[in-house]
Amino acid sequence: MSYRQARYDEPLIFELRGESDFGLECDAPVRLPEGMERQGLDLPDLPEREVVRHYVDLSQMSFGVDNGMYPLGSCTMKYNPKYADRLSSLPTVASVHPCQDEDSIQGALRLMRELEKALCAISGMDAVTLQPAAGAHGEFTGMLIAKAYHARRGQPRTEVIVPDSAHGTNPASAAMAGFTVIEVPSGPDGCIDLEALGAALSERTAAVMVTNPNTLGIFEKDIVELARMVHAAGALLYYDGANLNAIMGMTSPGAMDFDIVHFNLHKTFATPHGGGGPGAGPVGVKEFLEPFLPVPRIVSEEGRFGLDYDRPDSIGKVRSMFGNFAVLVRAYAYILVQGGDGLRDVSQRAVLASNYLKSRVVPPYEMPFAPLRKHEFVVSAKRLAKEKDVHATDVAKALLDRGFMSPTVYFPSLVEEALMIEPTESESKETLDRYAEALREIADGAPEEIRAAPRSTSVARVDEVYAAKELILSWRIYRQRGLE
Amino acid sequence: MDRRMLDELGIGSVEELFSDIPEEVRTDGIPLPPGKSEMEVVRYMQELLSANLTAESAPCFLGGGVYHHFIPSAVGTIVSRSELATSYTPYQAEISQGMLQSLFEYQSYIAELTAMDAVNSSNYDWATALGEAATMCHRILPKRTFLVPEAMCWDKRSVLGNYVSGAALNVVGYCYDPFTGGLDLDDLRSKMTSDVCGIYAEVPNLFGVIDPQVPKLKQEFPDVPLVVGVNPLSLALVRPPGEYGADIVIGEGQPLGLPMNVGGPSLGLFACRMEHVRKMPGRLIGMTRDREGRRAFCMTLQTREQHIRRSKATSNICTNEALLAVAVSVYLGIVGGKGLRAIARLNMRNAAELMERVDELEGFDSPVFEGAHFNEFVVRTPVRPAKLNRLLLKRGIIGGLPLQRHVPRMEDHMLLTATEATSAQAMDRLLAALREVAQ
Repeated sequence: MSYRQARYDEPLIFELRGESDFGLECDAPVRLPEGMERQGLDLPDLPEREVVRHYVDLSQMSFGVDNGMYPLGSCTMKYNPKYADRLSSLPTVASVHPCQDEDSIQGALRLMRELEKALCAISGMDAVTLQPAAGAHGEFTGMLIAKAYHARRGQPRTEVIVPDSAHGTNPASAAMAGFTVIEVPSGPDGCIDLEALGAALSERTAAVMVTNPNTLGIFEKDIVELARMVHAAGALLYYDGANLNAIMGMTSPGAMDFDIVHFNLHKTFATPHGGGGPGAGPVGVKEFLEPFLPVPRIVSEEGRFGLDYDRPDSIGKVRSMFGNFAVLVRAYAYILVQGGDGLRDVSQRAVLASNYLKSRVVPPYEMPFAPLRKHEFVVSAKRLAKEKDVHATDVAKALLDRGFMSPTVYFPSLVEEALMIEPTESESKETLDRYAEALREIADGAPEEIRAAPRSTSVARVDEVYAAKELILSWRIYRQRGLE
Repeated sequence: MDRRMLDELGIGSVEELFSDIPEEVRTDGIPLPPGKSEMEVVRYMQELLSANLTAESAPCFLGGGVYHHFIPSAVGTIVSRSELATSYTPYQAEISQGMLQSLFEYQSYIAELTAMDAVNSSNYDWATALGEAATMCHRILPKRTFLVPEAMCWDKRSVLGNYVSGAALNVVGYCYDPFTGGLDLDDLRSKMTSDVCGIYAEVPNLFGVIDPQVPKLKQEFPDVPLVVGVNPLSLALVRPPGEYGADIVIGEGQPLGLPMNVGGPSLGLFACRMEHVRKMPGRLIGMTRDREGRRAFCMTLQTREQHIRRSKATSNICTNEALLAVAVSVYLGIVGGKGLRAIARLNMRNAAELMERVDELEGFDSPVFEGAHFNEFVVRTPVRPAKLNRLLLKRGIIGGLPLQRHVPRMEDHMLLTATEATSAQAMDRLLAALREVAQ
């Protein structure tokens, strides 16, 4: 247990005092309508040096992939190459306005068109929109496309089927698009139960959302029959790309007969997750759905790129402008560096790392369902919970003490005391061995020690109940309550 | 491929780990060229992107939601810190206190600026924040008509249409006053049926006008949720919506220290009154304590969110724009209250100067509206705006925003923007060029 995170009693920026050295001044009188003048705004004035020190202190109390292994299941926290940072902060990216005349953004338009084509090649789809800002946003876009497609055929449909092992965003996205969500259970092998699916499919089914490999890390073995059933019912098959890192080059959503797919560029294509975002969630479709994609579409004629808004069947827009362009730049650079062979190699190494790590931690942890896994796997701390009263969350906190990010815990919910582990291709055998060793050490540890974790992080275990009860969501509320 | 791991697993080749993929769906690799070195890719991408004209090399008068502002260097320094940039959503609070406190400070800054209590830690952008605000109004008041200004950025209107399609809300536009550019209160009243679940207004609005009628809406319609869209920079000088009863405040965070990035990533602001907090979309960071009584931070009210509530969640949002929220905090920290007021004043002063000087040109009417403006204004042009922009581009100038897409009858109107970054020389060059092309 050699890890130690910085532990500063760092004040809030609102509690710091100083004198601004920003330098820019202006006292020019300005014209505001009566009653529209601001009467007071109390933001701290500080020298830049103090602001920088404050945030450097705060950064030292954070933990990213650059600090250590980050095997959050379903999040694909791989190493983020630094060339992408450099390219995405070029002035030719950062200082370009999206509404400039097409002639003055030819570089941006061409880059987006090339990225669309690369994503088509990887996924086996025919057309891609880069507009959605995140994975869930891509799902929402896909659901809007499904809705528009059925409406265009004069057969509006009202239901979307989602397996119970799906990410929470799937049902939430389908509901936001106005669909009734039908959840189908997984079978005893961890795969979608085809009988249950068959019973749920009807002329009301607009789409079936599938994550393959699923959130247990298992490849849906009946995918061919599943796709046939869905299409026979006149529904569309949606691919949640959260787990695309498992299969690149080995199979593709297109080959599996999916109609719509979203990509998570901040997962599979190595763009940094930024503590929650930004991401990008492009959506790919088969040719027959291309007319429904958001506008504008990027078109090219004789080497000149332009924007086409004249698409009568388009769903319109899901985000302003073109999407998270600076994220697209990073992902495209990653794709070019990897190349077609490199991306297949990425998936192979990710699956190898996952199966290797699994073999090192089962036992002491239990493994529900069949053994072969793709890029991630879910183990259970059920026995630990029963015998020692050490739960998945305790295991997670004890890992933090050892300088590792914890796995995703308590998801998917069909596994009790779940620990969902995705090592990614980024980690070496040596690091995987250390992680496995840490997990075994925790399983063997004295229960009271494990429950007392973490002790090496900036704070000890936080009181989430207190946070939800008090709801101190801003300095403004803090002051109103007289807590200063 | 690490041979040692294959050996430990007792398999000869990694292909064996893919034996569960049925033959008929197998693919033989990816039809893309082989990988290249970092040096080659950097060279290729730099070359490709060099076909973009930048606001650093050409004077830029575009706005309409994305602006060319000065960004202090330290903002980039901080958000490039690996510990922040390469971290995930702070589910494990104990090891993520720095990120959590930074986001709490972001929420706090936006709460101060808007005079609202609860602020989430970001939506994707202004347009999607508007979509979420409309459905939140429907959760507060379960009726089905959402009133919006007829003169609104087309992108926003289109995104809004998609976001309300699930709840089957009707979006109804109210007119603007052709003289002031503010809202037409009589028209709004005529559309105020018993079916209205919310009213949306912008300050400044699409025309850059600071409309003094917006604060009266809550007095007139106290029972209808009011959503106000803002340019947060303007709030350094303009009365904040929290002081006139807004239920929800949204906006675009880009003017607060974020690059234009060809439109993204940017940052959707989302704030609401405390009484509505449980109906709010997105992540919230709360202050709490740890086991030993130390101040600490964590995500809170997660029961509203998709990973717990699934199809009953207030929104599907998961990945957001957290790192940009941190950038906004750093920016506001560096410029401070005094600096922010100075920047806002410079924006107003430069826009006022540009407005007057364009009006002196033959054939131009500037500003078209009488109301007070923040940093942009509408000009009637003697040449169609798209053509005008092409002529300006030939002279190395990035012109204004043609308004026809947003307000169809404004085919000879454009929105011109000035910020603190608009130099006197840039303005001189634009005026000389406009004089030339108008002849």
